Amino acid sequence: MKYLKKVVTLEIDTGMCTGCGMCIEVCPRGVFVLFEKKASVKDRDLCLECGACEANCEFGALRVGRGVGCASAIIGSMISGREPVCECSGKDGGFCC
Amino acid sequence: MAQPECCQSEKNREPWITGALDTPSGEIPIVSTTLDKKDRMGRLRARVSGFRMRYTVKPGLYAAGRPNADSPILVSTNYKLSFDILRSSIEGLDAYLLVLDTKGINVWCAAGKGTFGTEELVSRIRSTNLERIVRHRRIVLPQLGAPGVRAHVVRKETRFRVSYGPVYARDIPKYLENGFRATDAMRTVRFTLKERFVLTPMEIVPGYKKYLVYCAAVFVLFGLQPEGILFRPALTGGLHFVFLGALGILAGGVLTPLLLPVLPFRSFSLKGLVTGLIVCAVYWALLLRGAGMGIHITAMVFLLFPALSSYFALNFTGSTPFTGMSGVKKEVKAAVPVYIVSASVSLVLFTLYKIETWGIP
Repeated sequence: MKYLKKVVTLEIDTGMCTGCGMCIEVCPRGVFVLFEKKASVKDRDLCLECGACEANCEFGALRVGRGVGCASAIIGSMISGREPVCECSGKDGGFCC
Repeated sequence: MAQPECCQSEKNREPWITGALDTPSGEIPIVSTTLDKKDRMGRLRARVSGFRMRYTVKPGLYAAGRPNADSPILVSTNYKLSFDILRSSIEGLDAYLLVLDTKGINVWCAAGKGTFGTEELVSRIRSTNLERIVRHRRIVLPQLGAPGVRAHVVRKETRFRVSYGPVYARDIPKYLENGFRATDAMRTVRFTLKERFVLTPMEIVPGYKKYLVYCAAVFVLFGLQPEGILFRPALTGGLHFVFLGALGILAGGVLTPLLLPVLPFRSFSLKGLVTGLIVCAVYWALLLRGAGMGIHITAMVFLLFPALSSYFALNFTGSTPFTGMSGVKKEVKAAVPVYIVSASVSLVLFTLYKIETWGIP
């Protein structure tokens, strides 16, 4: 299953990439492949912007606008004007992402 | 077997602790690798209610089987549902289980928040004296914990190398057999019918109080007559709306998640609109068509309840492993104005219906 087309914010700086393959290891959606010893995006629309690749890239070659992909969190943030937060840790067992 | 010292206090005497293991840095509890009736009941309660928020285990180091200085270390969260899945997936293995304090939240959500994160992992490695217990310098993390953890920082701080294991705990024995290598299939998150189904109760249960308020409002509004609130119109009209409200919620919160891959459109709000329209059309054909409710109410039914279904479907984005923030933001911006318009128009239609039934010229 894939989500909306052409909304993903993932960027690779190929110049910084050393081809270590860490992004391939951490990506739960199989977004990356190794192409000519550099990480390359196989299918952008698969990305769910979890940020695992960016966090684990030692060389700072990846950027992704990470955040909660949860409508109630985003609607909540539109009302409150704050950053969207997942209600997982809500007091009365608010429903979790 | 006697309870280990660490776990003798009343609060920590857990039935799933079967004994104690001596390590170079003191005793640690040995856990059972099979789930009993109580574990299964806990799992069920966590799936359907707010009980999930207090379903925790004490963070720290545990043993499965009889691990020694060369045994693998598997990292988990202190949400008991997650911890139970891990321990029941490694029956027959000798391993250490390092439980992080994620405030009772599962791996994926805690990683998103950063509680399953570099800082907590580093301090937990230190506080449990891991480097004295094992000879090797490798820890295995669930792959879905990766968004919260910077593996290279962990290595620099503790000299432990992070190996990201499979997405699903059941693949851990294979992963260890393969020499800490996960296949592409083990790395990829799925979202099967069963996986979607177990999430649906929490899509609808938290809203039940609002639903009861809605029901009360519906009876009052339908019953409202120039003579006061009458019982018969409250029942004849109101009951349809009470049922349709429940059906709209079920269409968006249960039916849409179940049918997710076969429904048209990638947008969740549109998927929910489709299921909502179908449910409304069926209800109208079977029960409403001959009820003489008039054009205003019919229009309102097809406006309001598909939107309700769409809203619940949209909220399911928070439960999937493939919807990112950019997409959800885009969808919310498009959908919320539509919901507001459909609710407003519904209100106008209802007012017109009341004016008509009251016979005001």
